[in-house]
Amino acid sequence: MHIGYFVEQQYTGLSEETVIMNGGFFGLPNSHFDPVQGAALYKRYISEYLEAERVGFDSMVLNEHHANPACMSHCLTIEAAALAAVSHRAKIVLLGDPLPITKNPLRAAEEMGMVDMISGGRLVPGIIRGASWEQVASNTNPALNRELFDEAHDFIVQAWTKPGPWRYEGNHYHYRFVNPWSRPMGERLHIWVPGVISPETVVWAAEHRYPYVALATELQGTAHMWKIYGETAERMGYQVGPENFGYFQKLVVADTEEEAYELGKGHIFGGSFTPTRFASLPGYNSKDAVRNYATKFYQGVAPRLNLQHDIPAQKQFLLDHYDRMIGTGHIITGTPKSVIPKLKHVLDVLRPGIFTIWGPEGPAPHEKVMRMLQLVGEEVLPALREHGKTLGLTDPFECYPGERPLPADGKWTPLVSPDVVAAA
Amino acid sequence: MVEFVERTVEVIGSSVALLEAGAGRPLLVLHEELGHPGALAWHHEMAKSRRLVIPIQPGFRGPRIGWMRGVRDLAAFYGFLARQEGLAGCDVIGFSFGGWVAAEMAVGDPGLFAKMALVAPFGIKPQVGFIKDMFPIASLDYLRASVADPEATPEFASLYGEPCPQQIEDWEDARAECARLGWEPYMHNISLPALVQGLTGLSTLILWGDKDEILPEDAVRTYQSRIPDARLEIIEGVGHRPESEATDQFLTKLKDFLG
Repeated sequence: MHIGYFVEQQYTGLSEETVIMNGGFFGLPNSHFDPVQGAALYKRYISEYLEAERVGFDSMVLNEHHANPACMSHCLTIEAAALAAVSHRAKIVLLGDPLPITKNPLRAAEEMGMVDMISGGRLVPGIIRGASWEQVASNTNPALNRELFDEAHDFIVQAWTKPGPWRYEGNHYHYRFVNPWSRPMGERLHIWVPGVISPETVVWAAEHRYPYVALATELQGTAHMWKIYGETAERMGYQVGPENFGYFQKLVVADTEEEAYELGKGHIFGGSFTPTRFASLPGYNSKDAVRNYATKFYQGVAPRLNLQHDIPAQKQFLLDHYDRMIGTGHIITGTPKSVIPKLKHVLDVLRPGIFTIWGPEGPAPHEKVMRMLQLVGEEVLPALREHGKTLGLTDPFECYPGERPLPADGKWTPLVSPDVVAAA
Repeated sequence: MVEFVERTVEVIGSSVALLEAGAGRPLLVLHEELGHPGALAWHHEMAKSRRLVIPIQPGFRGPRIGWMRGVRDLAAFYGFLARQEGLAGCDVIGFSFGGWVAAEMAVGDPGLFAKMALVAPFGIKPQVGFIKDMFPIASLDYLRASVADPEATPEFASLYGEPCPQQIEDWEDARAECARLGWEPYMHNISLPALVQGLTGLSTLILWGDKDEILPEDAVRTYQSRIPDARLEIIEGVGHRPESEATDQFLTKLKDFLG
């Protein structure tokens, strides 16, 4: 089992009221941004990733967002390059490079190749479509997002594997001279695909034999995505194993239950990632998702949206929501002793070969994060590794995704037990 | 109220739905960015003396046409449609996004139209202000911004007051298709101001409400100054939908222009 560490890398120092009044993080005016504060935070977050490596995590996991203070990694390949130069052992996992919004897949290929080489072959070049609001930030046509993603992916794989120079005239991209002196070092590519609730992304990942990494989605829904993946894999002629699946688990660990509970509230700080008007750009979602949206819109918007300018009510809503998420295990908080059984339960249910700890968010102080990493490294990681071994949770580096043969009858064997999922 | 008859026609291998009503000389009607609004009072009145022909933009209801990459492609497609349907030499009226399409049809096929009416047309970038960005806002919010006084516009309320899920879904389809064709440059073509200068002999009426929050005045002033035989009529106190907000004035000006 491959265990990674991830945080969004929030720009701290903003009041929660400021974010709530904006309707979410995205689009908060950058007049609130201070590059001196930003510089200090980049140093802090890099130091925390290096600590994660030191205490035993298998990877440092990065993502990318724009035009908002929720995530300071606005170009994940730059941060990946910085980590590549100063780290030594842990893999550097991109979840993921948002191909459509980079608008230049050749450059994306060169960047990821460079990062891999600088790191000595430790890059996992995950790729992603980019969230709806990211299309606005980069002015990428949301209606073309899937086409851009598909074509950019195909081009990048070619750029890494086809000897140059060669010429490319595609549907959306055109290059008269493809000859990158930059490509990943390994003999085999390890591309991972993160997602939330899009069945189309799951099917795409399965068709390409790339691990699908669920971003902290609720357990039953995640298991359903696993089923879609497994059925697609059967159609493609292979059996799924743990190496095909990854899961992000929000986790906050501290010396006491009370401290961990309070720190965990950083995961609900500010409420929404984005105001709703950016969440569903035209043409971005599938027809089924649009139909679902139309029905819900007709039924009325979520009550809390009406509370946007009632700060106390909105904060209470968020606190109530936090307790629900604690109750369902969507966020796990506690001491090492109390969180270990809960984490084992997630592994029991979902059987992922890739397991990423999504650490403290929001205004969590640096020293608390470092203490959490120490506790996790000393007590939680060893317990999880042992449990993962017991469950046989092979990761993609132990078993290359897509190479398990189907059973003799050609029918896939589900990875997760429906009974276990139902009881979860 | 006027009743439209719908049929499907095949044009260069793709299907398009046509709505028709009335009798008389044909008037090609190019609808706005959220689709054909349904039977309006102005349709009813004009159908008494004209055969209204309204293509439903591909992708708005039913399958989209995959090879279309921009409005100029749509305009070329409609141009083939018009000639195939024997509409060469007809008059055209385009609303908002449909006005842009009409202008592109005219520059692509200069002899296609006898007269052209553009109602708050997109297509030309205003030098002052921006065409309102319809994409990062909900369709209902965009609609409310399109009239100066929704409560005082009975036709608007009857059309958009209580949208059902199918209507919302249709608007999302329309927005998706408009995003495909008009995302960037947003709702304009850089070359159109130059090209419309070639529309010598095409009598053009441009209608615009002085309370229009969607389209800045500068855009219609540019249309007026560049099209050789164009006149701009500003309707006071109305927004982006003069056909619904000031129907009588709209009809008077339109009928006077079309003859």
